[in-house]
Amino acid sequence: MLDSPLLVADDLALSFGETRALTSASVQVRAGEVLALLGPSGSGKSTLMHCLAGILAPDSGSVTYDGRDVTAMSDVERSALRRTEFGFVFQFGQLVPELTCLENVALPLRMTGARRREAERVATAWLERLEVADVAAKRPGEASGGQGQRVAVARALVTRPRVVFADEPTGALDSLNGERVMELLVAAARDTGAAVVLVTHEARVAAYSDREAVVRDGRVRQVELAR
Amino acid sequence: MSVGHTLLGLLESGPRHGYDLKRDYDERFGQDRPLAYGQVYSTLARLLKNGLVEVGSEPGAGPDRKRYAITDAGVTDVAGWLSEPERPEPYLQSTLYTKVVLALLTGRDGADVLDTQRAEHLRLMRDLTRRKTGGDLADQLVCDHALFHLEADLRWLELTAARLDQLAVRVRA
Repeated sequence: MLDSPLLVADDLALSFGETRALTSASVQVRAGEVLALLGPSGSGKSTLMHCLAGILAPDSGSVTYDGRDVTAMSDVERSALRRTEFGFVFQFGQLVPELTCLENVALPLRMTGARRREAERVATAWLERLEVADVAAKRPGEASGGQGQRVAVARALVTRPRVVFADEPTGALDSLNGERVMELLVAAARDTGAAVVLVTHEARVAAYSDREAVVRDGRVRQVELAR
Repeated sequence: MSVGHTLLGLLESGPRHGYDLKRDYDERFGQDRPLAYGQVYSTLARLLKNGLVEVGSEPGAGPDRKRYAITDAGVTDVAGWLSEPERPEPYLQSTLYTKVVLALLTGRDGADVLDTQRAEHLRLMRDLTRRKTGGDLADQLVCDHALFHLEADLRWLELTAARLDQLAVRVRA
């Protein structure tokens, strides 16, 4: 299971105007693994993640998910793929401020057609698992940063995605809260068999991964150490 | 740090007399601790015995005028040393700095040295993170101490990676 590539980016190039964000970037994500995309600011790691997730379309090269060519899909197909197969955790700002934390976590299930009661039952279980059941009835603005990020992890995992994309998920948290979020995210992903693509510039966060791919100047450098 | 490998790396950039080799070493790497002459010549004698350097005497010159040059086996030895990551430990920077400078000086890719070392550091950080996650408070505190030191190494490493072009110009000048 761990050895089969689930998601493959092959020779991606992407420019924003005159700026080349990716130049021949290739990387593979195996089912169930935690892969860190590590690199300094502006290296192209977030752009690479957005291409892998079907959010951005590369100028050239291909992205393949479970044998399907993501780069050839229509916007509607890619949007469906993101909703059903992928989960997302960002640095901040991903929760809907007008909804309670419980409603936020239930939202992805509601969008895929689940009834409200069932969606909230599953969402409650996820909030408990992420140790934030006590903020279920609160709005995100009333929760602390660490609690909000755990709610975001619950929301990313509630649909049992096969890949979770986490872009600097601890970037706005202090060390202790950041560590707890990483522990809970990685443990939950392992339990559900989800792969995690973890974008970070912090080595301590990358240390939660199974392996790393270093992005520099829009290219991926990978080092295989002799064991 | 391996003085033998450092002297070999300097010789790979061009043959030198023992005196010039010591001066070059001191200028580049010996800010705090210049090499003693005795150590230079004993190291060169060992490298000679192991076939990693060869010596060409100049006519009429005394023992000090021996000119040392690296052999093919010496070049292979330097390449092997540069491609091996160092054991992550405190005060690693001086060895890593030496490796990066010698890689640049001998026309190799300095980024390879840094990438290999980053991978080795992350391997150890993963082990510590696993130990910490499953451990008690004492484990957590002990592992955190090590993790913060390793992270400091990596910050230095990333900064050096970002300044590699600048360093290459200076080293090769």
